Amino acid sequence: MSRLAQTHPVWLTNARVVDPSQGLDGPGAVLMVDGRIVAAGPSAANNGAPEGTETVDCRGLVVAPGLVDLCAHVGEPGHEHRETFASAGRAAAAGGITTLVAMPDTDPCIDDPALVDFVSTRARRTSAVRVRVMAALTKGQEGLELTEFGLLGEAGAVGFTSGRGSIASAQVLRRALTYAKDFGALVCNRPEDATLKGSGVMNLSETAARLGLTGVPAEAETTVLARDLRLARLAGGRYHASLLSAAEAPDLMAWAKDQGIAATASVSAAHLTLNEMDIGAYRTFFKLSPPLRSDADRRTLVDGVKTGAIDVIVSGHDPQDVETKRLPFAEAADGAIGLETFLAAGLRLVHDGSLTLMRLIEAMATRPAEIARLDAGTLKAGAAADVVVFDPEEPWVLNARDILSKAKNTPYDGARFTGRVRQTYVGGALVFGR
Amino acid sequence: MITRAANPYGFSRPHLLGIEGLSPPEIVDLLDRAEDNIELGRQPSKKRDSLLGRTQINLFFENSTRTQSSFELAGKRLGADVMNMAVGQSSVKKGETLIDTAVTLNAMNPDVIVVRHNASGAVALLAQKVDCSVVNAGDGSHEHPTQALLDALTIRRHKSRIDGLVVAICGDVAHSRVARSNVLLLTALGARVRLVGPSTLVPGAFRDMGLETFTSMRDGLRDADIVMMLRLQRERMQGSFVPSVREYFHYWGLDEEKLAYAKPDALVMHPGPMNRGVEIDPAVADGPQSLIREQVEMGVAIRMAVLDAVVNARGNGGEAAP
Repeated sequence: MSRLAQTHPVWLTNARVVDPSQGLDGPGAVLMVDGRIVAAGPSAANNGAPEGTETVDCRGLVVAPGLVDLCAHVGEPGHEHRETFASAGRAAAAGGITTLVAMPDTDPCIDDPALVDFVSTRARRTSAVRVRVMAALTKGQEGLELTEFGLLGEAGAVGFTSGRGSIASAQVLRRALTYAKDFGALVCNRPEDATLKGSGVMNLSETAARLGLTGVPAEAETTVLARDLRLARLAGGRYHASLLSAAEAPDLMAWAKDQGIAATASVSAAHLTLNEMDIGAYRTFFKLSPPLRSDADRRTLVDGVKTGAIDVIVSGHDPQDVETKRLPFAEAADGAIGLETFLAAGLRLVHDGSLTLMRLIEAMATRPAEIARLDAGTLKAGAAADVVVFDPEEPWVLNARDILSKAKNTPYDGARFTGRVRQTYVGGALVFGR
Repeated sequence: MITRAANPYGFSRPHLLGIEGLSPPEIVDLLDRAEDNIELGRQPSKKRDSLLGRTQINLFFENSTRTQSSFELAGKRLGADVMNMAVGQSSVKKGETLIDTAVTLNAMNPDVIVVRHNASGAVALLAQKVDCSVVNAGDGSHEHPTQALLDALTIRRHKSRIDGLVVAICGDVAHSRVARSNVLLLTALGARVRLVGPSTLVPGAFRDMGLETFTSMRDGLRDADIVMMLRLQRERMQGSFVPSVREYFHYWGLDEEKLAYAKPDALVMHPGPMNRGVEIDPAVADGPQSLIREQVEMGVAIRMAVLDAVVNARGNGGEAAP
């Protein structure tokens, strides 16, 4: 679906409008004209709407800023059989996502301004939602030499990331953070010590012992996170810890924020809603990196999101195919898809009382947009009309057959959800509706 | 032939190890003395005899063509016998220590040793172990005093002053002995020195020293009278300190567009050797605002003044003054 179609004014009325950027949560309406938000909130209906406006009655529905996913792997270029911008765009729109930030772990990896340009152009032509690119932090993702933060940023990269890997060298990360400061660039690292991880394939725990699988200690994450935060303090650049999994991680983040360190963090929706017990009998769709950990870890992460120690929730969408997943657990690839279930998974935390809807939308839209400095995540007048409309109470069951992603490796096959996306608008145009 | 009246506050030290510690009158004295040598260098006969019969050893532990030739020519124009120790081919390669080398050379009774070494502080260490004068021709990332003096001389001849000038030193400040000596000298004479470059090459510690630092050339060069570019070593431009030559040149290479941020009559300097297309655009390096070639001429004049001053500060008896 293309966004090039002509848009007409749309008036979303009788809704519960939730916009963390304005502290809004209450009955109201949202008016979108020419791809921009004109008004949102209780008084948005006061001045009427232009002629030709389509009125959508949103009784019982929530209208919120379109979700912004800071971490999604797409297969383009190099792994188009797993996911393309077209298929990822469809899945994202169904999950309430209006801006997707694509990871650079492609083939070739995105470490050159010309590639950022190519990928952005390709995505713009084929994706239903907005796609921004996170460029590789080091050349060839080898963890040794910095990429061109300045030129890549001018080409459109919204940040620089270690991707699936982790920067092993403290000196390289220090230099990256120092250099990034001059451009205000965001430096994202997956905190994980490769030597501690070793050949580990799941959380180091009694479950791993029982399954006869090698465990990854939480310290593989926390030692590196503790290091990274101190390097961020030393260098002064903007640091982002990607995909936290360990119970101690929120404490470290809270410490850093207390110290005034410019550090933010993300956690995947899967890590907030699943735990290592879900692996059951070696189910490889639950093999993630970092690994799913204990339910105590999970609960602490949820609490970290609640307090703000962890800033954002991401999909961590990582499409894998039969070839890479239908293997013995230890040999299977890491990763799970997560675009289509993004909002629904997040709503579980609202329904179980862990998070307010406001905080959830903030962690899934407003904060990620702020961190990546995007014109998104808000319903303020003048902002891009990227909006999600969802029924917070609709019960449904995910059937893997209905998945829009090319890859079907969802950890939620057969799972029950409460809350479902009804419409997704990008730039005022309907890109998904059911 | 010294025509100048002796200056009671002038430079009369046995060594020149750095700009640090020199008083403004001492610096000015060396610049004034060098002025005399400029004219001499432009005559058909360029010789003086103030170091006639004296021995000068150029001891270069780091390769250098320009500085070494400049010191060699300076010594010869003063009448000294100049010996170049190409350390690459000497016993240093066989494991002899810096101190052993110094003691050995000292036994040959030289009058002055000109030293370049890749370790900061090495020249001062060597000076403690010999009985002759020592001139620092560059020690690690510490100091390169004759470069700063020749830069000051070049500036003074064009701007008639140093006091009050805005000087932007741009590029790899972190690893530059030229930058450190220039900062000390120019601020001592009243210039406003700014450091410009990426944070990887202009560390925050310089800000703590009270200097203005800038990451953007536009801000750093605004209203500058002098733009001094530094050489970026090849090994630092491929991903460790800066990601690539093209990115470095794009943001910090001095081209005509960036030079336009400075004053219209701003002058461009570079200690050499230049990387055209890395830190400086050829059009600027060879353009009308460039003083780069003149800096080389001033180098010989300054080094003559320094060699003359340190050797004669030890008196004529050949014995070391305290």
